[in-house]
Amino acid sequence: MLLLIPLLPLLGFLVNAGYGRRLTKGVSGAVACAVIIGSFLISALMVWRLLGLVPEERVIQQQVFNWIASGDLTVGFTFRLDPLSAVMILVVSGIGSLIHIYSTAYMHEETDSEYARYFSYLNLFAAFMLVLVLGSNFVVMFVGWEGVGLCSYLLIGFWYQKKSASDAGKKAFIVNRIGDFGFILGVFLIFVRFGTLEFSEVARAVSELSSETAFGTLSLTTLLLFIGATGKSAQIPLYVWLPDAMEGPTPVSALIHAATMVTAGVYMIGRNAALFSHTPETLAVVAVVGIATALMAGTIGLVQTDIKRVLAYSTVSQLGYMFLAMGVGAFAGGIFHLYTHAFFKALLFLGSGAVIHALHGEQDLRKMGGLKKDLPITYWTFLIGAIAIAGVPGLAGFFSKDEILFRTFAGGHTVLWSIGLITSLLTAIYMFRLVFLAFHGAPQHPAPAHPAPAHPAPAHPTPGTSTQHPAPSTQHPLHLHDAPAPMAVALIVLAVGSVLAGYVGLPAALGGGDWFGRFLEPSFHVEAAHDGAEHGVELTLMLVSSGVAIAGIGIAAYFFLRNRAAADALAARFSGVHRLLANKYYVDEIYDAAIVQPIRITSQEGLWKIVDVKIIDGAVNGTGLSVSGWSQLLRRLQTGSVRAYAASLFVGVVTILGYYLWR
Amino acid sequence: MRWCWRERNRTDVPTLNHYLVLSAVLFAIGTAGVFVRRNLITILLSIEIMLNAVNLTFVAFGRALGSADGQIIVFFVMTVAAAEAAVGLAIVISLFRHQESLNPDSFTALRW
Repeated sequence: MLLLIPLLPLLGFLVNAGYGRRLTKGVSGAVACAVIIGSFLISALMVWRLLGLVPEERVIQQQVFNWIASGDLTVGFTFRLDPLSAVMILVVSGIGSLIHIYSTAYMHEETDSEYARYFSYLNLFAAFMLVLVLGSNFVVMFVGWEGVGLCSYLLIGFWYQKKSASDAGKKAFIVNRIGDFGFILGVFLIFVRFGTLEFSEVARAVSELSSETAFGTLSLTTLLLFIGATGKSAQIPLYVWLPDAMEGPTPVSALIHAATMVTAGVYMIGRNAALFSHTPETLAVVAVVGIATALMAGTIGLVQTDIKRVLAYSTVSQLGYMFLAMGVGAFAGGIFHLYTHAFFKALLFLGSGAVIHALHGEQDLRKMGGLKKDLPITYWTFLIGAIAIAGVPGLAGFFSKDEILFRTFAGGHTVLWSIGLITSLLTAIYMFRLVFLAFHGAPQHPAPAHPAPAHPAPAHPTPGTSTQHPAPSTQHPLHLHDAPAPMAVALIVLAVGSVLAGYVGLPAALGGGDWFGRFLEPSFHVEAAHDGAEHGVELTLMLVSSGVAIAGIGIAAYFFLRNRAAADALAARFSGVHRLLANKYYVDEIYDAAIVQPIRITSQEGLWKIVDVKIIDGAVNGTGLSVSGWSQLLRRLQTGSVRAYAASLFVGVVTILGYYLWR
Repeated sequence: MRWCWRERNRTDVPTLNHYLVLSAVLFAIGTAGVFVRRNLITILLSIEIMLNAVNLTFVAFGRALGSADGQIIVFFVMTVAAAEAAVGLAIVISLFRHQESLNPDSFTALRW
């Protein structure tokens, strides 16, 4: 049964990839949605079965076949369902289903074959992502890990005729490669150290060791694994690909670059919680990198003008939160945030997709405004998502973010906690800046006097040939159509999820039982610190963070709703800071100067023009030239005179015989 | 001269060395013929002399060692020599038709 979960989307991929050209949009969309929904139903069934087991024995394992048996190395193609992977498969297949449904409407302007191509990639992604989270050892996980990277590349570059999209795809792929290199080295070290690649056996072996106080093999291993996580989950220093990945279609950004794939790094650390918790050095690095990323991305998000880029930096920032949680040992908290974040960030991306859809490809926040009236469904669902991510009490984001901040504080990391609080403030500000700029205020999009042709084409996500939204409303540009039915359904379901998802992890301080944390506990093989006595502290912290969230919304309301001139004045006053943030701290430029250009110059001037042209080509051509040069001399020996040949033959025989006779 | 004659009489048959010396002389004559003569047919005949010099060596060694191997090899050599003569003469004839000459120095077309 477990096998069916990734197999169904794979079948969908095969159908759409093989017969996609001959299928109409209705059929290929229906196939793609059916397989992922089927996968979700089976996942739900399996999780239900898992829940029926005793908490300590909640593992369902299925070995599909014995994959590698070579000496000491035995790797089975094995799937393993335990509480952690249960959460992940529900998120992947559940949110994946909604996004598939949403996509049927969003991508409707594509041609039939492009449409099938899109859904085949999306199905393939779901299959690989499910393999990633269901794999019971590092090798199977790595298959999924690389597979989702491939699909990410394919989907970012979906509109491949557009140079920026194909460049962004390549950037994502190459940056991920760097991380994957670290990851695979870490896996090698684990095999050398433990002689096994099964997660459960590694956890068992490591639990018999005492934790490593100084930097040693284990720390190196976990650090290498963490480098893999920084690549996949867009953390400093490898986060630069994620904002560019917004070149892909918006549902892809929602599914891959917000809800599922980018959380693979967090999941991987959670999966190896036992290993990581034995290496405090690495955990400290994880926490610091996480919070630094969260803060940095949050500040950049404040000034971005592209609606999807704001959300992208918000994703990077929230992923930073998850790594902070992992770093302070709150594994359940991190996974909890992953789970709630999947709901509201997918919702926000899909909402922004609905806005872009309605505006025929416009992504610039400065050209939106006043959409509240025309797009009521989008507006209200988006607002719920924004409230949830800002951390207003009662919605999903509040519980998970608060859990992380509380664990950080309880672990004695006061500095990290205060930075986390600042980031939380930033989150509220940039999210509500987005809401106010897009949905409130005066409409900034083209007035009725300038119909469709005046629409700014450069921001259009498709290349000119395949116009994404031929716009039935061209005659009447102010008639903005709200999300069509499939999109509206996905938005509403996700909005409901964003409200309710947090209640499965209601903390003990609020009368809940932290059911989510206790459910996950057996997966981590780490004894969680139960601190029942600190309910007072937790409540105080909740009050503080709620206050921060509301303050953030207030600040955003003041600057972007009441007094927009003040925001411009502030930007002008601190123009240096503003420019620094608007240019994303010049990180891309620094990487370009420090890494890309040196490599390019060495390759071009050194490796190409010297090593390849002069040394390698020189050796090959030199061999040929010397052969032909010597031949020029030696051909003189072929005189054509048979007697001369006979004479040389005779002289040779005499010489050889003479040598043997008189030596 | 007399003692020579007596010596010769004292031994009934020539020794191995005699045969070898004779064959060496024949071989040298053949070789010289190949290099010195300018007629292809003569050269072929000289080659036949060389082959027969070698045959003589084989037979002499076979006799001296009391083995039939030498004679067996000689049969093979004779067979090959017959084949070689057939091919060689055919080539010579076609060469002659080609150039009206039997001088090997006039056939030097196969060169660089």
